Amino acid sequence: MTFVAKPRVHHPKLPINEIGLTRRDYEGPVSTLCAGCGHDSVSAAIVAACAELSLPPHKFAKISGIGCSSKTPSYFLSKSHGFNSVHGRMPSVATGANLANRELYCIGVSGDGDTASIGLGQFAHIVRRRINMLYIVDNNGTYGLTKGQFSATNDKGSTSKKGSPNLYEPIDLVSMALQIGASFVARSFSGDKKQLVPLIKAGLMHKGFAFIDVISPCVAFNNHQGSTKSYEYVRDHSETVTVSDYFQPHDEITVDYDPGSSEDVKMPDGSTLRLHKLDRDFDVHDRVNALNYVQKRQAEGEVVTGLLYVDPDASDCHEILDTVQRPLNELGEAELCPGNAALHAINDSFR
Amino acid sequence: MTTYNDFVIRFANVNGSGSASANGMFAKALFRMGIPVSTRNIFPSNIQGLPTWFEVRVSDKGYLGRREGVDIMVAMNAETFEEDVAAVKPGGFLLFDNTKALALNLKRSDITEIGIPLTDLLLPVFTDIKQRGLFKNITYLGALAALLNIEFDVITGMVSTQYAGKDALIAPNIRALEIGREYARQYLPCPLPFQVRRMDANGDRIMVDGNAAAAIGALYGGATVCAWYPITPSTSVAESFEQYANKLRVDPDCGRRRFAVIQAEDELSAIGIVIGAGWNGARSFTATSGPGISLMSEFLGLAYFAEIPAVVMDIQRAGPSTGMPTRTQQADLLSAAYASHGDTRHVLLFPSTPKECFEFAAQAFDLADRLQTPVLLMSDLELGMNDNLSEPFAWDDTRAYDRGKVLDADDLDRIERFGRYLDVDGDGIGYRTYPGTHPTKGAFFTRGTSRDEYARYTESPEAYVQNMDRLLKKWKTAATLVPKAEIGGSGHRAGILFYGTSALPMQEALDLLTEEGIHLDTLRVRGFPFGAEVYQFIDAHDFVFVVDQNRDAQMKTLLVTEGGLDPATLISVLYFGGLSISADTIQAQVSEYFTEQKLPRLTEVKS
Ligand SMILES: Cc1ncc(C[n+]2csc(CCOP(=O)(O)OP(=O)(O)O)c2C)c(N)n1
Ligand code: SF4
Ligand SMILES: [Mg+2]
Repeated sequence: MTFVAKPRVHHPKLPINEIGLTRRDYEGPVSTLCAGCGHDSVSAAIVAACAELSLPPHKFAKISGIGCSSKTPSYFLSKSHGFNSVHGRMPSVATGANLANRELYCIGVSGDGDTASIGLGQFAHIVRRRINMLYIVDNNGTYGLTKGQFSATNDKGSTSKKGSPNLYEPIDLVSMALQIGASFVARSFSGDKKQLVPLIKAGLMHKGFAFIDVISPCVAFNNHQGSTKSYEYVRDHSETVTVSDYFQPHDEITVDYDPGSSEDVKMPDGSTLRLHKLDRDFDVHDRVNALNYVQKRQAEGEVVTGLLYVDPDASDCHEILDTVQRPLNELGEAELCPGNAALHAINDSFR
Repeated sequence: MTTYNDFVIRFANVNGSGSASANGMFAKALFRMGIPVSTRNIFPSNIQGLPTWFEVRVSDKGYLGRREGVDIMVAMNAETFEEDVAAVKPGGFLLFDNTKALALNLKRSDITEIGIPLTDLLLPVFTDIKQRGLFKNITYLGALAALLNIEFDVITGMVSTQYAGKDALIAPNIRALEIGREYARQYLPCPLPFQVRRMDANGDRIMVDGNAAAAIGALYGGATVCAWYPITPSTSVAESFEQYANKLRVDPDCGRRRFAVIQAEDELSAIGIVIGAGWNGARSFTATSGPGISLMSEFLGLAYFAEIPAVVMDIQRAGPSTGMPTRTQQADLLSAAYASHGDTRHVLLFPSTPKECFEFAAQAFDLADRLQTPVLLMSDLELGMNDNLSEPFAWDDTRAYDRGKVLDADDLDRIERFGRYLDVDGDGIGYRTYPGTHPTKGAFFTRGTSRDEYARYTESPEAYVQNMDRLLKKWKTAATLVPKAEIGGSGHRAGILFYGTSALPMQEALDLLTEEGIHLDTLRVRGFPFGAEVYQFIDAHDFVFVVDQNRDAQMKTLLVTEGGLDPATLISVLYFGGLSISADTIQAQVSEYFTEQKLPRLTEVKS
């Protein structure tokens, strides 16, 4: 299969964002995933979020592991560099990329196999390290690219396409991220653009590690009756706790969402994340409660979606390491090399 | 007859008993007296309680390799006492704590016992048991000063600098030294027939371990990201890097760091971080040993195919994790050279001295950037963890880093069309861009090999083959850029080829062989892929000995495989017992080959 160039039709009606670009400027070449794959909807939501935020489309580092999900960074933000790396190891590559240049927006895309099985260790440790990035798992409960084996996020009892049940306990990545200390944790559904786009925007603007577990059905291997990650199952069993609408302070528009209490979350760049709480008083600053709530609903067979936890004052890895503001990859000999005089002193210390 | 500045002394201690600092002072004192010394720690994979040995080779001829046989044994470990007594060469000396008398069955008539009642001597002076234990080491150092004629003020001077700021420790240390010295003067046959005397053989040389040298090299070479996972014997590379960087790599205005060190969760993560940083334009490295290389293999292959600079410092050791992790070997050549699945080959550098650890470490970053590929510095425990005599480090302040072929925004504006994997210059190396360089040009998607010259997705067989052929062309370019082999002698029928720490005993081995009428030209390999000079050397000789500190003759395998050489012309000299190879071992194996093959020896006619 070779690369198919996407025809560049210019839509006169496409809205132009603050930096004079349209959504087209944030897209990539046409996807080669199965028609209807949830992962393509996630890519579309990333495009929408970046365009709406008016971020420069070349200032991203897109990192992924291996899997159908991990292919997607080549289908969005084609003006940015991307790196389809090694199965399960996206977190380490993203860590290095972020250390090298803290000014780029770092988006990591992974799958549930990539993150919850082979890469579970790296996932846990990137959460701990608080790399300033948005980490998205396209969670379809299966290994799409290797044709439909169960993944570790698959619910016990859920059946494969061939009808055999999953015998093992599932790993809930959201609970894990909450427990290990992620400073932004959310879950959404690939088909729920209204919820997903604002969450991606908020995750991108969050300073520190932002994690979104996106239920993203695999139409080829995990969208049948008996699967708990099919479109139908998730639509029928999801409960939304919060809806977030990210906007910049000078933005006048407030979106009129469903009634309920709302709360403003201060973001590090001074802008505000407005949260609308649905049906109960959900506190997005209470990690323990979020963890309990997710687990409780899960026990009742419900998928909690929305922003579950955010710590707007969190620090990121660069702050922890106390690195200079200027990207490390821009430093030259003058900043990096201590010079021969210092070397003389070093030599003397060994005499 | 007195032997000056030529002996081997071995200290047998218990790991964690505080002997390291006294033993280190012993070696340093001789070094400061201008006498060539080399030191070796032989230690167990254990923190406290198991036996450990520290060996100092003193050699006025400047021989730095290990020599078989011990002339003076300082036996301070009851557990190994029997084997320590047995290790002394006939005519040698045994120094021990005779507070308890030596068992009759351990007595040897061919060596001289030197008993010092260390425990008894210190009992009335130091009341604290722990202190008494520590000062025992200092006391035997004082006794040795008298026995061997070490200049006493050199040692006391060291005590004063070592404990500067902790002045309360200076007086008791000097007291302990004096107790030892006085006892030796009064009761022992001072000085022994093995003695030291000041000379001026060290010039401006320094005494440093290869790991610190490599760390300083990385600092000077502009490394900004270091990711690592602890493993003996590589750990001190990362730790030294952080230590020196904390002093020399902070922004003088804001005090913030111009580097990032991450202790990763494992070696997979460490190399992933290095590759992510390299992809994004920062100079990055990791330090590890054999087990880490195994874990890093998948990533190293990706970096080879995706053409991402990365520097790996492999401080080699023997065997698997439950092998002999604290013993030295050149064990990783093959696994490093061909790390990963698919057709991969990696650039290797072989330092032999701390100075080369420093230089090659710095150069590794230039090579990695120039060649856009992983570069592995192949050191070992012998070089990395022992203090070695070395020429001092030097840096040319006008030297600029070679960041390789990187296009900036202006370059991109100038060119018609950017193709990441186009071989524009015919050297197999394409041009790269860092992420975020230009709003519309130069971005590409990095993946293994399923792409064309413009980094567009393809699974076309032609594109794959073309790409792999280009990587081979790049490999040929690499052979011209790595450090050239060092050649010695000429015109002899036979040669000897070696690398890394086998260089340490080589001069001595050659001298021993010369006495037997065996004359060899020498070649020290310093880089892989091999330069033309390596093949020319082999070609110019009837046969060439190849010295490997591993069982399976890994360097020979590389030579045969890469050069298509006839294995019969390469005669292996092997040592893999976990200590470093000695001159005697090299001599014995070479000499045996000459005897077996009935080869003529050229003994010079002495007039
Ligand atoms: C080391 C390694 N082992 C196995 C594979 C094969 N492999 C490719 S993708 C994949 C599973 C991907 O599943 P997931 O991350 O859930 O992605 P999806 O395709 O479902 O989006 C596996 C096992 C591999 N590429 N590398
Ligand atoms: S196999 Fe499944 S996950 Fe992969 S592209 Fe097709 S639908 Fe998507
Ligand atoms: Mg999956």
